[in-house]
Amino acid sequence: MLRILALISILAVAMFAAGDATFEASKRDINIPAIVMFFIFIGATLGITYWAASKTKSASDFYTAGGGISGFQNGMAIAGDYMSAASFLGLSGLVYLKGYDGLVYAVGFLVGWPVILFLMAEKLRNLGKFTFADIAAFRLGQKEIRTLAAFGSLSVVTLYLIAQMVGSGKLIQVLFGLEYEYAVILVGVMMIIYVTFGGMLATTWVQIIKAVLLLSGVTFMAFMVLQQFNFDFTQLATKAVETHKLGQDIMEPGGFISDPISAISLGLALMLGTAGLPHVLMRFFTVGNAKEARKSVVYATGFIGYFYLVIAVIGLGAIVFLNSDAGAAYFVDGKLFGGNNMAAIHLSHVVGGDIFLGFISAVAFATILAVVSGLTLAGASAISHDIYANVICKGKADESKEMAVSKRAVIVIGVVGVLLGIAFEHQNIAFMVGLAFAIAASANFPILFLSIYWSKLTTRGAFIGGMLGLITAVVLVILGPVVWVSVLGNETPIFPYKHPALFSVSVAFIGIWFFSITDKSQRAKDEIKAFEAQSVRAETGFGSDGAVDH
Amino acid sequence: MNDELVEKIKANPDYQALVKKRTSFALKLGIFVLVMFYAYILTIAFNPTILGTRIGEGVMTIAFPVAAAIIIISFITTLIYVSRANNEFEDLTEKVREDVKDLL
Repeated sequence: MLRILALISILAVAMFAAGDATFEASKRDINIPAIVMFFIFIGATLGITYWAASKTKSASDFYTAGGGISGFQNGMAIAGDYMSAASFLGLSGLVYLKGYDGLVYAVGFLVGWPVILFLMAEKLRNLGKFTFADIAAFRLGQKEIRTLAAFGSLSVVTLYLIAQMVGSGKLIQVLFGLEYEYAVILVGVMMIIYVTFGGMLATTWVQIIKAVLLLSGVTFMAFMVLQQFNFDFTQLATKAVETHKLGQDIMEPGGFISDPISAISLGLALMLGTAGLPHVLMRFFTVGNAKEARKSVVYATGFIGYFYLVIAVIGLGAIVFLNSDAGAAYFVDGKLFGGNNMAAIHLSHVVGGDIFLGFISAVAFATILAVVSGLTLAGASAISHDIYANVICKGKADESKEMAVSKRAVIVIGVVGVLLGIAFEHQNIAFMVGLAFAIAASANFPILFLSIYWSKLTTRGAFIGGMLGLITAVVLVILGPVVWVSVLGNETPIFPYKHPALFSVSVAFIGIWFFSITDKSQRAKDEIKAFEAQSVRAETGFGSDGAVDH
Repeated sequence: MNDELVEKIKANPDYQALVKKRTSFALKLGIFVLVMFYAYILTIAFNPTILGTRIGEGVMTIAFPVAAAIIIISFITTLIYVSRANNEFEDLTEKVREDVKDLL
C-alpha cells in the first residue's frame, strides 16, 4: 500500500511535469496553489484509504461499510454523490448563460429527495443488503431479475462514468494544464485505488471530505459575491440584469421547455431517475437501521438544497463579475476560457485570487474523484454480487471469492471508464447524463417500486416490463433531437421530445402490470403469496441484514 | 420469516396502526410535494411569463422566491416526516417487536 502511494506521487509529479511543457499552448499559468492543495487532498484520501483497507474484511464491509455509517455521515455522502462536478459547474454555468433556467433543473433534482424518503428510504434499508437488486429479487426469480437489474445498473453507471470522465479530462486540462489523456488516466487510477483497497468505507469518507470542501468553497464564494451588494440578493440581481445581454429575461424561465409533454417528461426523469440511480440506492444499505436511513435523507436534502440556493448566487455573481472590466481577462476571442461551465471557476479567481482559485480547482477535482468512486463501487457490486454470486453461483458463492471478483470488477470498470473517456473526448456527451436518468427512471425505478408496493408483481411481469422500459428509453433518446440531430447530424428528429421519460416510464409500468396479471403460472402464485412476508419485513425491518440496533 | 410469525405480526394491532398511519402520512406528504412541483413545472410549460411578474418596482421577479420556496418547503417536509417517523413510528415498531420477540 505504501509503495503504491509513493508510486502514485511520482506518477502524478511526472504527469504535471509533462503538463508543464504544454501550458504555453493553452496560455495558462501553471497554478501552484491548486497543485499543492490537490496533493494535500490526494494524500489525505490515500491515508483514509489505508485506514479503511485495514477495516474492510468481509463482503459487507466492502459493499456497505458493514452498515456502520451514521445517518449524518451518510447524508453528507449522499450529498457528495449528488453534488457532482456536473451540477456544480454545469448548473452555475447554466445560470451564468441563461439565468433562471438553471434553477429549474436544481428544483427538479431536489424534489426527488422527499419522494425517496416517503416512499423508499426505510423500505430499502429494511429489505436490502448490498444492491437494489436484493430488493427487486426478494421474492422473484433471482436469475432474471438480477440480470436485468445488473444490466440497468451497469448501463447507468457506464453512461454516468463516461460523462464524468470526459468532463474531468477537460476540466483538469484547463485547471492544471495537464494533457487530457493523463488527466483521465489519473482519475481512473485514483478511483481504482480508493475502491479496491478501501471499499465503501473509503468511498464514503472521500465523499464526506469532498462534500465539506465543496460546501465551504461555494459558501465562501457566495459570501464574497454578496458582500459587494450589502448582502442584498435584489441588488445582485439588478446588476446582473444590467450586465447580461438577455437583460430582464434572465429573471424568468426561458423557452427551454416549451411544451407540456417535455415539461412533464423532464420532471419525471429528474424525480424518478434519482430514485433509480444504483450508486444512490446503495447508500441506504450503509446505515444500521431505518431510523438512520431516514435521517440521512433529511441531512442530504438540507445540504443539497442549500447548495442549489448558493449556486443561484454564484451564477448571478458570475454574470456580474465576468461581464465587468476585470472579467475581460477570462475571455479568449469573445468566449469564456474553457467554456461556459468554467464560469464558477473563473469567478473564484475574481473574488478570491490565486489561492482560492487553487482551492476551488482542487475541490472540483476531488468532486470528480469522489463521484466516479461511488459509481464504480455500484457497478462492481452489480457484477460481483448480482451476476457472479447470485446468478452464476446461484447464491452459494464463497464470500472471499465474491470479494475477489468485485475487486477485479473495479479494475475492469476503471480501465473501461478510462478507455471510453479517451474515446469520447471529442464526442458530444451532453445526452449521457440525461440518458442515464431516463434508464434509471424507466427500468430500475418501476421494478424496484412495484416490487415493494404491488403484491401481484411476478418475475415475468418485472422482467418483460423492465426490459421494455429500458429499450424504450434508449431507442427514444437515440431517435430524439439530442442524438439523432445533434450527434448523428440528421435534420429532423424521428421522436420529437428531448426527454423520453414520460413514454418510457409508462411503457415500463404498463408492461410490468400486463405481463404480471396475465401470468397464471404456479411460480407467479408463489411469488404473490411471498409478498406478505416481504411486506412485514419492509414495514418493520425484522429479520433485515445489518440492523445493528438490537 | 415463517408464516406463523407473519400471521402474528399482521394480527398485531400496533402493527396495523403503524402501517395505516405511516402509509397515509407518507402518501399525504408525497402528494403535497408532487402537486407543488408539478404546479411549478406546468406553469413553466404553459405560462412562463407568470413567473416573470415583478415584485415592486425593481428587476426582481417572483420566479426566484418561488424556486427558493420549493427547495425550502421540500426540506421542511422531510423534517416533518422524520420527526414523526423516528418517534411515533419507531415506538410502534418497538411495541410490535416486544410482542413477537420470542418468534424473531
